Amino acid sequence: MKKFLMLGCAAMALTVGSAQADVVRVGIAAEPYPPFTAPDSAGNWVGWEVEIIDAVCAAAELECELTPTAWDGIIPALLSGRIDTIMASMSITEDRLQTIDFSDPYYNTPTVIVGQRDMEMDATPEGLSGMVIGVQVSTIHQTYAQTYFEEGSELRTYQTQDEANQDLASGRIDATQADSLALDDFLGTEAGACCEIKGTVAMDESILGSGVGAGVRKGDDELREALNAGIAAILADGTYDEITARYFATSIYGQ
Amino acid sequence: MLDWLFQTWPGLEASAALLSLEPPGWGGNLLRGALNSVIIALGAFTLGCVIGIFGALGKLSGGPVTRDLLSIYTTVVRAVPELVLILLLYYAGTDLLNQFLRLLGYRPIEISGLAAGIGVLGIVQGAYATEVLRGAIQSVQRGQTEAARAFGMTPFQTFRRITFPAMLPLALPGLSNLWLIATKDTALLAIVGFSELTLETRQAAGSTRAYFTFFLAAGALYLIMTLVSGRIFGWIEARYRRGQAGARA
Amino acid sequence: MIRDWVSPHRIGLLLVALGVVIWAAVSMRWDWIPRYAGLGLEGIWRTLWLLALSLLIGGALAVPLGLAQAAGPAFLALPARWFCTVIRGTPLLLQLWLIYFGLGSLFPQFPSIRQSELWPYLRQAWPYALLALSLSYAGYEGEVMRGAFKSVPQGQLEAGRAFGLSRFAVLRRIWLPQALARALPTLGGEAILQLKATPLVATITVIEIYAVASRVRQDTFIIYEPLLLLALIYMAIAGVIALGFRWLERRFTRGLG
Repeated sequence: MKKFLMLGCAAMALTVGSAQADVVRVGIAAEPYPPFTAPDSAGNWVGWEVEIIDAVCAAAELECELTPTAWDGIIPALLSGRIDTIMASMSITEDRLQTIDFSDPYYNTPTVIVGQRDMEMDATPEGLSGMVIGVQVSTIHQTYAQTYFEEGSELRTYQTQDEANQDLASGRIDATQADSLALDDFLGTEAGACCEIKGTVAMDESILGSGVGAGVRKGDDELREALNAGIAAILADGTYDEITARYFATSIYGQ
Repeated sequence: MLDWLFQTWPGLEASAALLSLEPPGWGGNLLRGALNSVIIALGAFTLGCVIGIFGALGKLSGGPVTRDLLSIYTTVVRAVPELVLILLLYYAGTDLLNQFLRLLGYRPIEISGLAAGIGVLGIVQGAYATEVLRGAIQSVQRGQTEAARAFGMTPFQTFRRITFPAMLPLALPGLSNLWLIATKDTALLAIVGFSELTLETRQAAGSTRAYFTFFLAAGALYLIMTLVSGRIFGWIEARYRRGQAGARA
Repeated sequence: MIRDWVSPHRIGLLLVALGVVIWAAVSMRWDWIPRYAGLGLEGIWRTLWLLALSLLIGGALAVPLGLAQAAGPAFLALPARWFCTVIRGTPLLLQLWLIYFGLGSLFPQFPSIRQSELWPYLRQAWPYALLALSLSYAGYEGEVMRGAFKSVPQGQLEAGRAFGLSRFAVLRRIWLPQALARALPTLGGEAILQLKATPLVATITVIEIYAVASRVRQDTFIIYEPLLLLALIYMAIAGVIALGFRWLERRFTRGLG
């Protein structure tokens, strides 16, 4: 009994102590989001966005620490001070801007519908009526689908895009809406053979936003400007293009 | 033996490769997650026991206000799902703690995910531990504590020397049950993104799409944890009950 | 009883509680409630029927599981014991994901499943949630029923046999009712634990009350208020369950020594 107590105390002491203010804790989604952020089998986080975070932090001379956080609660984690910035493929939208601030965008990707090969559909509310559509929770895709597709189709909400893809492969859903870059990765796998891109959804910038940026707490202008400077620096010196070329065939910066 | 198995069931070899401890196998990640689960469970159980002891003493010999507040605590925790409590305490807990510290003029502290997980599960465990320990303390015979008082022991000495050792064997079955709950509740921290066994499993399964293999492997790890700790608790119980033949009923 | 409630410290505590409630009502945001009331009621309904059905199915499975362990031959007792050990030794969240995503990952290998008549059900999430919740409850209750069956005095069963009752009649008229009456206090607590397990099914896309609260949180970015209301709803349901079982206990344990 006493040993249990001592062990527990030691564990607590180890974890509470480190309170360093100058480390920037960068929140990424704890759920895999290949090819942007995903853990590898050695327990390291890898992917395009992980490398971009490293490069931005190096250019802005920030000491950054990746902090995997549940996607579902990543904004609460930012607001409660558990993390200092969100760099997790989060689109800059009007809704989110009411709660948090964003840096300049660092990439942009069209939103597509991927569906079963053997079914007729397109990326419109009429083309999807009667279908079962899967989306990831707390994403622009969920908001978009709730706005445009909820009337005629059945929506299912998943904790991760991986799980929605998995259910698409198993046939439990007919289609999913997500970023084209993330879905390209899935379509390239064996499980993705079931499905194909059915089209790009109609643009609604108030929901889909204007690109992906780093989220910061409102008023944290010092960090926001440092991140902006870092993003501008890696765009200017070619680091951004060099990293992108290793993951994608074309530029993903957008206009 | 292994060769024969792999030949008769080709899927098994692929599963074994996925689970191997060295990359590209994901076994190492699973074991790291399991270690985290054990650390959280140990921490939460310990914290729960400490809260439980004070809670039980408060319920038994505290003033009316203490007793009522403790009843509210145990009732709320036992009626609200752990998942909801974890979310509330995980986000609001840090916030409130820091506001409180600021009010007292201290600098806000950073709380690591591990400490927050231990704290949250510990508070949940504490409510159940309070009830277990209260029952155990109540069943210690009054005469024993009165005798201790008569010998001139302070209440604290009485508790340490008489009540605590006498109630421990009675509390152990309940506590061992709580420990099992603690190990399983660590899985809920996967929902707030803490990398314990269940989240590591989900990541591995999502990345490789071998859902069945990884969930079964994680199930086996949890089962090993609970069976081994069940044995340990059985052994402790047997030790503490030595010479207490009468207490067995 | 009433004197208890008007003692000075209780009045003080009630005043403090009232103050907290008023403060919460005034300074927190509740304007989202009317917009989500419909979804919320649907969510509560789904939580309730998932709970009720899983208690019924799990409870029905628990009786043979308990009986097999208490009095069955080894080839029944051992599997029953293993089932209970495995269910009680692993987290429900993991069981749920294994059943939903694990089974789902097997579907593409068997295309004929999609042509079968069960497919409309297999496509949806709630059958898996119900299955996982029922199996879990059966595992925990199987253990409780084992103890309950064992605690019925042997003499009563022998007396039943002496009256010429068949084995089955002894089970139905003496053994089972007494075991159930003895298990009732535990079953009430376990039913509340089962209620507390239901929000996990939100992770496999079932939209019960917890999922509705999550949706409010992510639509409006209001963090604490939906969770607080959710906690109140669960406490109310738990209270009703506790009262219900107390009533059952009073009815069925009358005259039980």
